[in-house]
Amino acid sequence: MFRMLFLLMLGMSVGYFLHGSALVRHAAKGVRVTIPLLLFVFGASIGADGELIANIGFFGWQALVIALLGVVGSFVAATLFRRIFYGKGGAK
Amino acid sequence: MKENLLMLACFAGGILCGFTGLFPDVLFHPSLPAVLLSVLMLQVGAGLGAGEDLQLALRSFRLRMLLLPLFTIAGTLLFSALAVLLFHSHSLADILAVGSGFGYYSLSSVLIADLKGASAGSCAAAELATVALLANVVREMIALFGTPLFSRWGGAFAPVSIAGINSMDVCLPAILRATEDQTLAPVAVLHGIVLEMSVPLLIAFFC
Repeated sequence: MFRMLFLLMLGMSVGYFLHGSALVRHAAKGVRVTIPLLLFVFGASIGADGELIANIGFFGWQALVIALLGVVGSFVAATLFRRIFYGKGGAK
Repeated sequence: MKENLLMLACFAGGILCGFTGLFPDVLFHPSLPAVLLSVLMLQVGAGLGAGEDLQLALRSFRLRMLLLPLFTIAGTLLFSALAVLLFHSHSLADILAVGSGFGYYSLSSVLIADLKGASAGSCAAAELATVALLANVVREMIALFGTPLFSRWGGAFAPVSIAGINSMDVCLPAILRATEDQTLAPVAVLHGIVLEMSVPLLIAFFC
């Protein structure tokens, strides 16, 4: 975790001091390549797990319900957070 | 939208490639995801650092931003707990452990397989770990593809909260684009960091 944080800070300092340089502009745009690549690699590790794929329906149904409940809970919590700390209409 | 479709296609393509085995072994190298994630962090950081709004973002920091992750944890766990009414094969603690991944599928599934294996046997642990992996992948996908909708319906904090741990990396570019609010960056990063620390603590507690 601290490695990720360190890399984020490192990237931020490089971006801050070299802003406007071609390197930084390309690095920032590279996000659009890196994320699809990560998803591809992750999909591959799921696809290659035979036992997981065989029972995907059974596990998937439970996972879907728990994930959806978590998403709804987070949405409600975030809306409450905004109401409490930032007034009714405030977005920031 | 085009980018979202590309991401979905890459994910589906990956599953297909893994399933058919049509696919170089180098992609199964265990450190590859970590390397890619590191590159992503550098890129996200560079984009943030080069942005004109970084100063503004830092000046806009408030202590109450630290409370958002606590709201996310409470909301996620309270609602996830309802699943116990549907799935009698799992205990409440099992369901809460799955919910405690907050989108961090890799760490949460490994932790559950490990910690649950000690108490309930490796078979039950592998099952629960698989559910945790899938549930947290689904959460990440919902967050990634639903960000524009969530920010429209629930304001700027909703996509951050739903993204869970991914608010600091994978979902951060989408969140900043959808909300058009660069000042959200420190909130989203802080949110991800606090949740990342809470994942092992909560899973250890529930397993």
